[in-house]
Amino acid sequence: MGLTTQAPSQTFSDETRTNASLTKFLHGLPGVDQVGADERAAMLSTRSIKTSAKAEGIDLAISMIDLTTLEGMDTAGKIKTLCAKAMRPDPFDPTTPSVAAVCVYGDKVAQAKSYLTGSSIQVAAVATAFPSGRASRAVKLLDTSDAVAQGADEIDMVIDRGAFLEGRYMDVFEEIQAIKVACKSAHLKVIFETGELRTYDNVRRASWLAMIAGADFIKTSTGKVSPAATLPVTLVMLQAIRDFHNAGQRKIGMKPAGGIRTAKDALRYLVLVKETLGDAWLTPDLFRLGASSVLNDLLMQRKRLQTGAYSGPDYVTVD
Amino acid sequence: MSFEYAPAPESTAIVKIKPTYGLFINGVFVDGEKSFSTINPATEAHLADITEASAADVDRAVRAARVAFGSWSKMRGADRAKYLYRIARIIQERSRELAVLESMNNGKPIRESRDVDVPLVAAHFFHYAGWADKLDYAGLGANPEPLGVAGQIIPWNFPLLMLAWKIAPALAAGNTVVLKPAETTPLTALLFAEICQQADLPAGVVNIVTGAGETGRALVNHPDINKVAFTGSTEVGRYIAQAVAGTNKKVTLELGGKAANIVFDDAAIDQAIEGIVNGIFFNQGHVCCAGSRLLVQESIAETVLGLLYERMKNLRIGDPMDKNTDVGAINSAAQLAKIRELSDAGEAEGADRWSAPCTLPEKGFWFPPTVFTNVSQVHRIAREEVFGPVLSVLTFRTPDEAVEKANNSPYGLSAGIWTEKGSRILEMSSRLRAGVIWANTFNKFDATSPFGGYKESGYGREGGRQGLEPYLKAASK
Amino acid sequence: MSEHIEVRRTAKLFIGGAFPRSESGRTYEVKSPEGKFIANAAQGSRKDARDAVTAARAIQPKWAGATAYNRGQILYRIAEMMEGRRAQFIDEVSPWAKSAKKAEAEVDEAIDRWIWFAGWSDKIAMVVGSSNPVAGPFFNFSVPEPTGVVAAIAPNRPSLLGLVDTIAPIIVSGNTTVVIASQDAPMAAVTLGEVLATSDLPGGVINILTGSYVEVAPWLASHMDVNAIDLSGVDDEKIAAELEKASAENLKRCLRPGTELDGLTRIKNWLELKTVWHPRGF
Repeated sequence: MGLTTQAPSQTFSDETRTNASLTKFLHGLPGVDQVGADERAAMLSTRSIKTSAKAEGIDLAISMIDLTTLEGMDTAGKIKTLCAKAMRPDPFDPTTPSVAAVCVYGDKVAQAKSYLTGSSIQVAAVATAFPSGRASRAVKLLDTSDAVAQGADEIDMVIDRGAFLEGRYMDVFEEIQAIKVACKSAHLKVIFETGELRTYDNVRRASWLAMIAGADFIKTSTGKVSPAATLPVTLVMLQAIRDFHNAGQRKIGMKPAGGIRTAKDALRYLVLVKETLGDAWLTPDLFRLGASSVLNDLLMQRKRLQTGAYSGPDYVTVD
Repeated sequence: MSFEYAPAPESTAIVKIKPTYGLFINGVFVDGEKSFSTINPATEAHLADITEASAADVDRAVRAARVAFGSWSKMRGADRAKYLYRIARIIQERSRELAVLESMNNGKPIRESRDVDVPLVAAHFFHYAGWADKLDYAGLGANPEPLGVAGQIIPWNFPLLMLAWKIAPALAAGNTVVLKPAETTPLTALLFAEICQQADLPAGVVNIVTGAGETGRALVNHPDINKVAFTGSTEVGRYIAQAVAGTNKKVTLELGGKAANIVFDDAAIDQAIEGIVNGIFFNQGHVCCAGSRLLVQESIAETVLGLLYERMKNLRIGDPMDKNTDVGAINSAAQLAKIRELSDAGEAEGADRWSAPCTLPEKGFWFPPTVFTNVSQVHRIAREEVFGPVLSVLTFRTPDEAVEKANNSPYGLSAGIWTEKGSRILEMSSRLRAGVIWANTFNKFDATSPFGGYKESGYGREGGRQGLEPYLKAASK
Repeated sequence: MSEHIEVRRTAKLFIGGAFPRSESGRTYEVKSPEGKFIANAAQGSRKDARDAVTAARAIQPKWAGATAYNRGQILYRIAEMMEGRRAQFIDEVSPWAKSAKKAEAEVDEAIDRWIWFAGWSDKIAMVVGSSNPVAGPFFNFSVPEPTGVVAAIAPNRPSLLGLVDTIAPIIVSGNTTVVIASQDAPMAAVTLGEVLATSDLPGGVINILTGSYVEVAPWLASHMDVNAIDLSGVDDEKIAAELEKASAENLKRCLRPGTELDGLTRIKNWLELKTVWHPRGF
């Protein structure tokens, strides 16, 4: 059961024949009322997650983190510490789950891979002239191939927001398709930079555009633009994922990134997933949190639950 | 790994319920002769013994209000305002206590009493406090006069909020009041009486008499009241309109409804689903303006219902004190019986019934969120007010048909419209015969926003400047 | 030249823009206070009231849907048409007026009253409505709307001015009305019907019955397709109370007799207030 009045074909070949047909399809998606979406997200953020649920949620959230460093000042040392933290977030408590992935710039993939040897932690690389995406297609493809060649398990690409806002949806679509090919077996996360798309209508359209172009995950933000991930933007994307799946399509993963700082924030995202897509999506295979500082707060909350006393920043590692 | 919400009960320790409550007359609690038990509808546990006010008690209360009217009506508006501001502030200070008590006595989820009811109560007093010294701008010319003693009768669905809607404008305008809370939900009104004491509100300005129908009758028929304000069923509203015939008593009535919530095929669908859910399951559907008739355009009916059912599976029914509860207890055994009767009638008349899968607590009064499809206009569930979590779904093909079906009711309290087309919203909202139109939203309330019905949903408005008018008359010449 | 023998007019009802006799076939004698025969007026019946309500209901949405400007012009046109029949109206109210001067004054005032109410048509919403600053991301406004079909009993005296003061505030906002005219002095009401028929007023917006309100009003008070009732012309307290009681059956908005009202309050009696909410967002 699809949401559009015309049921999309399984391959979306008709919808993606020309820019006009793609525009027609995307603009035919139901609108999103901003106030209503904000209200729903705000209501879900009042869910009170206590005791056993909190313990489960914290561990789940830790296991879903794409532990990220995306700085010009990234060094081998920084990557090494990050990877160590990813594998053993709490050196004093081996029951702490490791995170899902580390996320780095393409030139740091090989280092990250080497530091993670023996673990199941994935290495994600941002690519395609991250974060602005302002480069030629050839450069973006090369950027991607290079990261894949270095061993990246996951590619976090950015869409061309300029093209999207100009209505050149077909260009965006083809670029995602091309990058997907360049990814080979690596998983593709498509970043919209929702803070630049501005409207929820655009977020829904971008979600469908990326999903039909072959994205494995859709992702809110680069973390370099404010606002980054928000609960309502994530809700709108989760609803698009739900509709895509209801239309007989694949399960697409979701990654909010940026602005997720506290354990409370992280748990709110899990609530959103649970009450929009259901428990089936509550796995690192289908949900990731793009963040770094949130990990320490999760660890402190974890300790608080175990010991009954509030922890402090001196008792978790600063990386 | 599972992620099931653990119980998150709000503590009831903040509330100190007395074993017995008297009547609040002339600033003090006084005993009466008879009493009745008030319970927690979610557990059926006895909470307190409440005094049943007799006709003589009502008379005492009216006389106290009459005496107080002399000085209260002559007090400078700015000073009356200060008392109302004080009350607003105390409500904010004691908001958690009020929310907990409201949920205990009413059965509504703590999330709603905490996030909706009590904040609106404070806002209402705050809004009308500011009117007390600005009555020249109320719309009745300079120096308008209060009516006198207002007899006010409120329902059990929003006990404290309805109290605020009644008392705040009445007092701002210079009237004094005798208020009767609903039989099943007296506790927050009695706590409000304590708040009046804390605010040093002059004795007799607010009097609260508890009881059932007989007490209400004594109040309505008391010869020395000047105004009746009632929120409740159309049946009782009709009785009141008849009872005051031939008297000089002014009346406002806020009665039943059977609102159409109209979803067009171009609606923002996810928000429409939320609006449908909020429209009928907010406060267990114990809402006069509930969107109890879903009118959905045929071309998207299947999609909407599919999403609605999925969404309803996520509704959390149970302990009202749990912070994650979405749907609480039915307020009384009698109301539960009525909901069951109408739902059974719906099935018997051939409509298809679907209820969200949920485990209902054993004790207390519960009804699962329920949807009826294949409903026709002739069915009782499409015409009568269920006042419970029961949605009737009808379809339409054209906007004209939607208007015609929506208006085809003796009620006219509220309506919802869901479409992304601006001009359609404006045309629909002008053609729907209802006092409150929510376009792309539902069940929104605000102290500045007039609320009230057309047709058999009553007359008079509550909220905003217009809500002041029913408590004032033009300066005598 | 032979003397012109006066062609007398048959005094009929005014229903749906037409001038029927009472379906009951009955008439009653209208006499001056001195007992002089003036005319046989139609004695409206239960069924005439029913037909009038049907006519009023049928045209109501169209009348309410007309622009306020248009309604204002039509009310003004009524004044123009009355002015043309000024002498006739004076003649008709004279038997009940204390003096010729008073009769003239009543007619002039009635004409002016239409103009005053005409001017209100496009100002009511500004004065009565509001834009409400709700605490949230919503645009919220309240607009007045006509309540629908309003039944009315016009006061017995003054027969013309009282009638105009009853019906003008009802119809200016888009209501339609069924009014029972002064029983003793219905002739000006009959003439007013003829004025209305030539004033671009859609048939059925104002329906005028003559006869006994004691007989006809209970049918209007209990009529389930009437939204409101103006009892200000009822001169018997007991009957007024009974009518009010009957009107409660479908919660009619009810104006009691003896209520002193200014003109705007008269208009507001027959208004509903509708509040519309819409979110504000991108």
